[in-house]
Amino acid sequence: MKNFLFSLILIALLSFVTQLFLPWWVVAPIAFLVALLFKQSGFAAFLSGFLAIFLLWVVYAFTLSSANDHLLAGKVTELLKQLTGGGVTGLLVFTGLVGGLVAGFAALTGRMTMQMLDK
Amino acid sequence: MKYIKFIISLTITALLVYALNTNLGQAPPFGKFLNPFTGFWQNGESLKNYSDATYNLPGLKEEVTVYFDERLVPHVFAKNDDDLYYMQGYLTAKYRLWQMEIQTHNAAGRVSEIVGEKALEVDRLQRRIGMGYGAENAEAYISKDPQSKQLIKAYCDGVNAYISALSPKDYPVEYKLLDYAPEAWTPIKVGLLLKNMANMLSVFEYDIENHNFISKYGEEAFRQLYPDFIADEDPIIPKNTSWGFDGKATTNLDGSPSDSTMKVTALNTRPKDLIKNALTKPDEITGSNNWAVSGSKTVSGKPILCNDPHLRLSLPSIWYEMHLVSPGMNVYGATLPGSPAVIIGFNDSIAWGVTNGGRDVRDWYTVKFKDESKSEYEVNGQWLKTTKKAEVYGVRGKANIVDTVLYTKYGPVVFDDNFGTADSKRNLAMSWTAHLPSNEFKTFYLMNRAKNYDDYLAALETYTCPAQNFVFASRSGDIAIKEQGRFPIREKQSEQGKFLSDGSNDADSWQTFIPAAFNPTVKNPERGFVSSANQHPTDSTYPYYYPGVGVYENYRNRRINELLSDSNKIDVAFMKRMQNDNFNLHAKEALPVLLALLDETKLNVQEKKMLTALRAWDFFNEANAEAPVYFEIWWNELRKMLWDEMLDKQYPLKQPNFYVTVKFLRDDSASVFYDVQATPTKETRAHIVLQSFLNIKDTLARKSFTEVSEPYGNDETIVKNDLDATNWGKYKDTKIAHLAGLDPFSSLHVINGGNLGVVNATNSTNGPSWRMIVDFGDMQGYVVYPGGQSGNPGSKFYNSMVDSWAKGEYYTTQFGGTPDAVKSKLFTSKFVPKK
Repeated sequence: MKNFLFSLILIALLSFVTQLFLPWWVVAPIAFLVALLFKQSGFAAFLSGFLAIFLLWVVYAFTLSSANDHLLAGKVTELLKQLTGGGVTGLLVFTGLVGGLVAGFAALTGRMTMQMLDK
Repeated sequence: MKYIKFIISLTITALLVYALNTNLGQAPPFGKFLNPFTGFWQNGESLKNYSDATYNLPGLKEEVTVYFDERLVPHVFAKNDDDLYYMQGYLTAKYRLWQMEIQTHNAAGRVSEIVGEKALEVDRLQRRIGMGYGAENAEAYISKDPQSKQLIKAYCDGVNAYISALSPKDYPVEYKLLDYAPEAWTPIKVGLLLKNMANMLSVFEYDIENHNFISKYGEEAFRQLYPDFIADEDPIIPKNTSWGFDGKATTNLDGSPSDSTMKVTALNTRPKDLIKNALTKPDEITGSNNWAVSGSKTVSGKPILCNDPHLRLSLPSIWYEMHLVSPGMNVYGATLPGSPAVIIGFNDSIAWGVTNGGRDVRDWYTVKFKDESKSEYEVNGQWLKTTKKAEVYGVRGKANIVDTVLYTKYGPVVFDDNFGTADSKRNLAMSWTAHLPSNEFKTFYLMNRAKNYDDYLAALETYTCPAQNFVFASRSGDIAIKEQGRFPIREKQSEQGKFLSDGSNDADSWQTFIPAAFNPTVKNPERGFVSSANQHPTDSTYPYYYPGVGVYENYRNRRINELLSDSNKIDVAFMKRMQNDNFNLHAKEALPVLLALLDETKLNVQEKKMLTALRAWDFFNEANAEAPVYFEIWWNELRKMLWDEMLDKQYPLKQPNFYVTVKFLRDDSASVFYDVQATPTKETRAHIVLQSFLNIKDTLARKSFTEVSEPYGNDETIVKNDLDATNWGKYKDTKIAHLAGLDPFSSLHVINGGNLGVVNATNSTNGPSWRMIVDFGDMQGYVVYPGGQSGNPGSKFYNSMVDSWAKGEYYTTQFGGTPDAVKSKLFTSKFVPKK
């Protein structure tokens, strides 16, 4: 559990800092590298990566959108209605899923790499 | 097993990153677009925080202060002209970057670089009509004028200072949706924007359509349906004005004066076969109103000037409102995003506005090539060399495509066996004044600084295309109007330029132009006002010939002139009512004709109710009125039956205009055109009047209606749904569409009155794009436009003025020579040179 929390926080923190100047997919190498450091099950590794970025993206997106009174998010929701099912909440969840899945699978790949090397 | 798991997991991760970072089909790349660090979430502007700030900008010479008022209108105070235009470029880019770039990409035929193959045919058309060619010619010509060149460069530098400081997270949301990046701004792009305007406004010619009609139906029918002048004409220059010149003076192609008239007599030897290719024309509602009244007719004793240009309404808004102050200049008005100076506006001495001139400045010639290489073409028995220009299209997701466009002495060959209807063997070249070298910037540069009538005339001297009716008023009391543009001199006997010409004989080519001094103009006329609404510029006594077929509007001008003639107590409130006037003069003249022809005995109870509503109608197209719905459908259905011949998809034809149509219905009791070709029976006038009336009910019951975009048979159509029979505003259902056609970024279901042919010329897609009233009594402007100052759909200023516009409300400008004039400052930005 401690490893899980550590890796979650570390992924979120490093991703936050690096995304300020690097492209969004930097979350993948970060989740991968962090997963190399912490020994945990494959599922836990996936979840740590997934939750880290899901929460980071959702919280940051929500913060930005709140200051905008969700004016733009409402319009983008309409544009992507078929994917998000409508509603700003749907768009936020969809945003979180996109980042979360990438980081989750990257973390899982990191875990798999360690297992492979561990023998 | 471990290896397999590893490989599967790695593969999924890699695929996800790739898929979410790539533009797949219609959808944006979701990782790029949705991540809150660089994606669209960054574009949602904070609605509360507007704070003063100081910015360092490279290239500025001195400090510039910009006061943003409560509508986000920038009031720019600069200490020199370079800095002023630099700031205009910078601020326009800041608020309108995507719009200005997509419009130039569109003009340059480069949209397929962004959206792929689906835009290729549109792109090819833009290049084949020589949009880039015209922009290059203009740019080369402007470069010869050091001052113009320097100030346009300053504007571009300002735009580029903004662009170069952007990181991907700052890009307007449309770039993120379509996944591309802005490029540097150049003087060519300034030229392209003007050509874009020219391509909307200076394209009203019907050479091919007229040719097809006269070939098919003969000369008598042509004269009846497409007259050059009509009886009720109320031209811009009042009738019976004496001209003081004889139509012999000319200028050469380079603008220098010439004493010769036409060197040869035009022939208009026309090819005999029907032509399959013609360019689609914009909606006829693309037009405008302007007028100015002298102090003798106003309450204040000072002139008032009004202007509302009608265009296809779009978001981000067509215009960007600005107040520009530098030593020697204090100007306010509407600017065209991407282009320097104020286009429509006022300063502390004068005001000016524009309506479209619309005169025919585009002619078509058949071209006969020597052989398949198309290297030579025949003129007067000799073979001349074509110039070949290879146009390369960088189609997104595909290999580049090359299309060679051939240039002749007439201009580019638009249609040949590489373009247009494939089975057409005709090569058609086009002459267009938009291709000729010109410097329109100079006109606006001078107009922005004009102090009086003489300055106004001098400013117009260099203006060529698209031809506009420039209305003018000065604080000192003068009013004037002038149709300004470069017009080829046309030989009257052969009606040069009205039909398709045979290019193998160059007698019909352009040889000379009307000197700017002899363009139609009037100053301080006795009636105390000047006006224009896209009607004929002159009566038939004007010494130079120009074709009048279908180009000119016949309703708004008469209504405007009637209202202005009738009042001598004019104030701003009067002008506001006038610009929003919904009186339908066309309906007033057409409805009695239709009612007289309608056989009432064939109507059921419901239909009689509609008839009663029509009889009681006061002819105002108010939003809450019921009768205009019935009239509109009746009229459209009737024209579909009457002019079904013109809906020929094979050979483009033009529908006669509304005025001619009404006259035809009234006076011509039996004509071949009354027969509906698709039916075996032979219809009569009474039959189609009745049948079209009966169609009203069916159309409303269907709740959908296809409107023939008027009045061109070969134009696109508008399909409307969810019709409300009892409410004209809801039936008309005005839409202000986003430039990429995205509904969530558009203003939908805007409810107001108006129509084609009505002073408030709002229909479902077009309308007054900028309403301006300038009162020299209090030296302020009253303005509104259907949009907002910001081009960002995530800003509250994106479409903040739409409601006021629909209601006919205005904002008072905060105009003055000092910053104190800006009474309600939202925030102040200081820009200082970066050392």
